[in-house]
Amino acid sequence: MSAPRTKRNPARKRPPSSSKAQAPGPKTRILVCESTACLSSKSHEIREALEKEVSKLGLKDGIEVGFTGCHGFCQIGPIVAVEPDGILYCRVKPNDAKEIAASLSAGGRPVDRLFYRHPVTKEVVPRYEDIVFYKKQRRIILRNCGLINPEKIADYEERGGYRALRKAVTSMTPDQVVDEVKRAGLRGRGGAGFPTWSKWDICRRQPGGEKYVIANANESAPGAFMDRSLLEADPHTVIEGLALLGYAVGARQGYIYCRAEYSLAARRARVALEQAYGKKYLGRGVLGSGFDFDVEIFEGGGTFVSGEETALLSSLEGSRNMPRPRPPYPAVKGLWGKPTIIDNVKTLASVPSIIAEGAEWYASVGSGNGGSTGTTVFALTGKVANAGIAEVPLGTPLSTLIYEIGGGVPGKKGLKAVQTGGPSGGFLPGNKIEIPLDFDSLQEAGSIMGSSGIMVMDDDTCLVDAARTFLAFVQSESCGKCVACRVGTRHMLGLLDKIGSGKADEADLVRLEKLAVIVRDSSLCGLGKTAPIPVLTALKYFRSEFIAHVVDKRCPAAVCRDLITFRIIPDRCTGCQMCVKVCPTEAITGPRSQPHNLDQSKCVKCRSCYEVCKFDAVAGEAIIIVS
Amino acid sequence: MAGATSHFSRMDMRDRRRSLLPLLKKTHETDGFLSRESIGRLARKLRMSENEIYGVATFFPQFRFTPPGKYHIQVCLGNACHLGGAPNFMEGMKIERGLEDGRTSPDGVLSLQGVGCLGCCAMAPVVVVNGGIHGRMNRVTFMKLVDSLAPREEES
Repeated sequence: MSAPRTKRNPARKRPPSSSKAQAPGPKTRILVCESTACLSSKSHEIREALEKEVSKLGLKDGIEVGFTGCHGFCQIGPIVAVEPDGILYCRVKPNDAKEIAASLSAGGRPVDRLFYRHPVTKEVVPRYEDIVFYKKQRRIILRNCGLINPEKIADYEERGGYRALRKAVTSMTPDQVVDEVKRAGLRGRGGAGFPTWSKWDICRRQPGGEKYVIANANESAPGAFMDRSLLEADPHTVIEGLALLGYAVGARQGYIYCRAEYSLAARRARVALEQAYGKKYLGRGVLGSGFDFDVEIFEGGGTFVSGEETALLSSLEGSRNMPRPRPPYPAVKGLWGKPTIIDNVKTLASVPSIIAEGAEWYASVGSGNGGSTGTTVFALTGKVANAGIAEVPLGTPLSTLIYEIGGGVPGKKGLKAVQTGGPSGGFLPGNKIEIPLDFDSLQEAGSIMGSSGIMVMDDDTCLVDAARTFLAFVQSESCGKCVACRVGTRHMLGLLDKIGSGKADEADLVRLEKLAVIVRDSSLCGLGKTAPIPVLTALKYFRSEFIAHVVDKRCPAAVCRDLITFRIIPDRCTGCQMCVKVCPTEAITGPRSQPHNLDQSKCVKCRSCYEVCKFDAVAGEAIIIVS
Repeated sequence: MAGATSHFSRMDMRDRRRSLLPLLKKTHETDGFLSRESIGRLARKLRMSENEIYGVATFFPQFRFTPPGKYHIQVCLGNACHLGGAPNFMEGMKIERGLEDGRTSPDGVLSLQGVGCLGCCAMAPVVVVNGGIHGRMNRVTFMKLVDSLAPREEES
């Protein structure tokens, strides 16, 4: 258990060189979050309204209205931050602009009603750095996210940007760069956790001048959105990391492989590229040295398998995104048969800090258990009070992430399971929650680091259904090249359907487990190898729930459709007819003001009545689901 | 167009192949779908066979081969949205509006598509109509949204 060396929000302290920009009496800045999530809540309108209000009050000279990328706390968006006071307003609407602008005029007071309120303790927290969600984080990869304007290179430079690249090309040899990364102990943040330096070293030793480096931002795992947030909020970090990688291995061409659906991320990366070329950080003779480096953005297809490195290469070559057998590894024979390094954007975003601050500093962060140094970014979703993205040192206990940063499970339900590693990660039961989050500990528990998505599930979740959902996703994303994955996952899905519908027996559980092991051991790529993990861990930790489905033919969490019935409790029903209106099959009948009837033979179990009763009906919660 | 063709013929094989996916995406954005004609045009431009281009294009769920409706409804079926009940939305469309995944209604008003995670998990379940995001939906609010786009009377 390593105690995070967090003082008070170190994110804002690093890097030290930014202090020189803090001239006496810094300008007040109102920063509106314009990431995909906040933009979907119309945050650009908030910025326009703020600009209008500020100029109306004649404060235009003293106050700058700007925008930033993702703050990571998407749950409370749209977010507006006021610097240098460090005040954070949440769930802002365009017509709050007037009040916010007025609060900054002489004698104005901050707008209390927009402060963050802790969802459980109800405590009001006005300042960014006091919010537990941020306090417990240690931000290295996301060090600039939410603090800089992603479309202004000067903001990045002010916070120490491109210092590492300058240091490398002017005073370090490529060997020294690889060695620095080796001593820092950096492992790939894309999921597999392969030692980054080792890959780089192999590629660097390959003869020939034509080599390629690729930043992998093809994030398609459900429940993971940190790569997008990073590219949207701080594209220069990724570009700098990629240039450092190019310098280390001797490549002249780099690509940023961005998922096609991430149009905003690609657009911001394009703006950043143009600026970096303008400032000579890219192009011929980077910063006056002999190192030439070009970067291009490639918008790839949004399929899960495209993130697999050899599949990604196929896609760059204009073929279907299908993986190839390894070896030869891409570091030896990659794009167009030339040595290629593919690194996740989070790995690359860690590199500038390592070069600028030194390997020892980086290695001192994190538990160090099995080479788990530094930090990584988790996307926290599901039944958790504070959903969003959080960066913590490796080795931080899962409980810290869920209960302190995440604020715990909302409502009256208890925590049932946590899935780490995205759709192909394992489920961990509530009693395993003290597990340190590092590559080796997770593997020991049967799960993986994977895409670093963390999905919290409460008592309302059925593990059979959850395992089925995740497997269905991976099954549909299987590229179909190898038999184990193509056929194996389909049969596993069939067995899970059978269990979920109450038609299975105990022999099916054994069959399922056996099949899962075969798929895991004989698939070609990481997708098939990890696909059975949710099923295997669900069977390991939640077997009793599977037994309930096959032996007792009931679903304890009341989720599996074939095993549940909807009932109206006559005492609670006021006869408001809301459910009668929404029922698609006219299964519910009854006159106004009298308890309604539900005809089970007509019911298709669509949940419409349940939802309308819970949220909109006069009495509410008169419809229950029983198993 | 002639200019573009000559530009492509000057490109080497690697560059032509590499530009396949970006070109498919661009065509899909301007036309709203990939028609036979546009695929044929691309094949001639890139000197690849139509079959090969279809092979690549059909691999990606984001490409459609039929024109979308006036309101293109995308339902996120990512894990967070699934747990929030998104499959119910698809079923609602099927039962109440007779519209299945990947189809366009006969009058061309509505089209439905189930999509992978859109990365808005903090607002799950999420539905996207012509690019505009609607978060924290349930089956009832979703069907109301659909009704507001295409009133039921017009359907029959």
